[in-house]
Amino acid sequence: MFDYNFHWRPVLKSLPDLLEAALLTLQVAVLAMILGIIIGLCLALIRLNMRGPLRWIASTWVELARNTPALFQLFFFGFGLGAFGLHLSPYMIVLAGLTFNCAGYLAENFRGGFQAVPDTQIRASRSLGMTAWQAYTRIVIPQVFRIVYHPITNQMVWAVLMSSLGMLVGFRELSGETQFFASRTFRIFEYFAVTAIIYYVIVKLILGASRLLATRLFRY
Amino acid sequence: MEPTVSFFSGFAPKDLLFLGEAALRTMWISVLSISIGTVLGVIFGWILYEGKWAAALTVTPILDFFRSLPLIIQLVLFYNFAPIVGLNLDPFASGVVILTIYTASLVANVARGGIEAVEPPMRRASRSLGMSYWQDLRYVVLPIGGRAVFPAWVGVALGVMKDSALVSVLGYVELLKASQILITRTQEPFLILTLAGAFYFSLSYPISRYAASLERKWAQ
Repeated sequence: MFDYNFHWRPVLKSLPDLLEAALLTLQVAVLAMILGIIIGLCLALIRLNMRGPLRWIASTWVELARNTPALFQLFFFGFGLGAFGLHLSPYMIVLAGLTFNCAGYLAENFRGGFQAVPDTQIRASRSLGMTAWQAYTRIVIPQVFRIVYHPITNQMVWAVLMSSLGMLVGFRELSGETQFFASRTFRIFEYFAVTAIIYYVIVKLILGASRLLATRLFRY
Repeated sequence: MEPTVSFFSGFAPKDLLFLGEAALRTMWISVLSISIGTVLGVIFGWILYEGKWAAALTVTPILDFFRSLPLIIQLVLFYNFAPIVGLNLDPFASGVVILTIYTASLVANVARGGIEAVEPPMRRASRSLGMSYWQDLRYVVLPIGGRAVFPAWVGVALGVMKDSALVSVLGYVELLKASQILITRTQEPFLILTLAGAFYFSLSYPISRYAASLERKWAQ
């Protein structure tokens, strides 16, 4: 049954390369999350407060991001835009695809967060003499942030996991690098097992950091 | 002079048939793994709810592991691990196994949430009316808890349907793989990707809208 010889040595030898690729994974995921949060916030505010074509675009963005596979979105940025003569580098494909996806999902979370803060609070703060900007930044945003904190953490984990799709568009982040080494040495199982462990550690680190930050941020 | 061989040919009507067949394959692998995975997931969810520390030692870490790894890594890992222990699985079977476990790991949490959504007094009431433990689960917890988490379950199911696109990495020709093959031949990425995206969207969007409307209706 067990006549397979495991060879871990080549994996250990390329471990530094894998860890470097893991940093690239983290980098692209963090960048996509930052852009995604900014765009998602805009999309949510547009969908809540505006009418007309801008709202239509925002809604289309959100629904497309949420109702098609992430891999399809990556392919679209990879091959689909090629039809218009726009050829992105693998890094840009993954970044654009992840940002598009994260922005869509986060927009829904933000929308839920904004809807959970009653309108009366804004009116109350305005009648206390706050400007609209003050009311938003001091009353609404802190409450919304608390509500969307955990969804943002989850989305961050998803972004890391989703960046593994980069492997299929030729981006050499953690998964792509693993595939590269695996196809060079034919030690596919060993390589992917180590990569799996690295992903697991990254995810646990993110969740742990987020929990630590939460106890700091939400003390009362 | 011999005419040069043309490697590329335009998009023909019979390619639609090819895409349609691939779409059916996407549906088939999704339906299969979602249904088996849901049954397994509900059982796991029940174990999580009832098991306390026994579950914390066995089921929880396993499910946690499947949720913290990119699906694509799980697929490659399992596909290359199966032959080591003497199983010869084709891409379809490997895909179903992993998608099922993945679904189960997500549904387990949903199911536990459903059981927790039924207040203890309600369950004590049903027990004191003479219902057995299983009757209580079947006639009280299932209808009430099931209703509470049905929208969440729909979200999980749609997510798995979209993630089934990743089985293409093993060489299973589902919709996205088929469109990739067609793109290589016809060099018309935009048209074909739009068709594929439209299929996913038209499947996912109405169902998610329906689930959201049900949620609103039941919330009243």
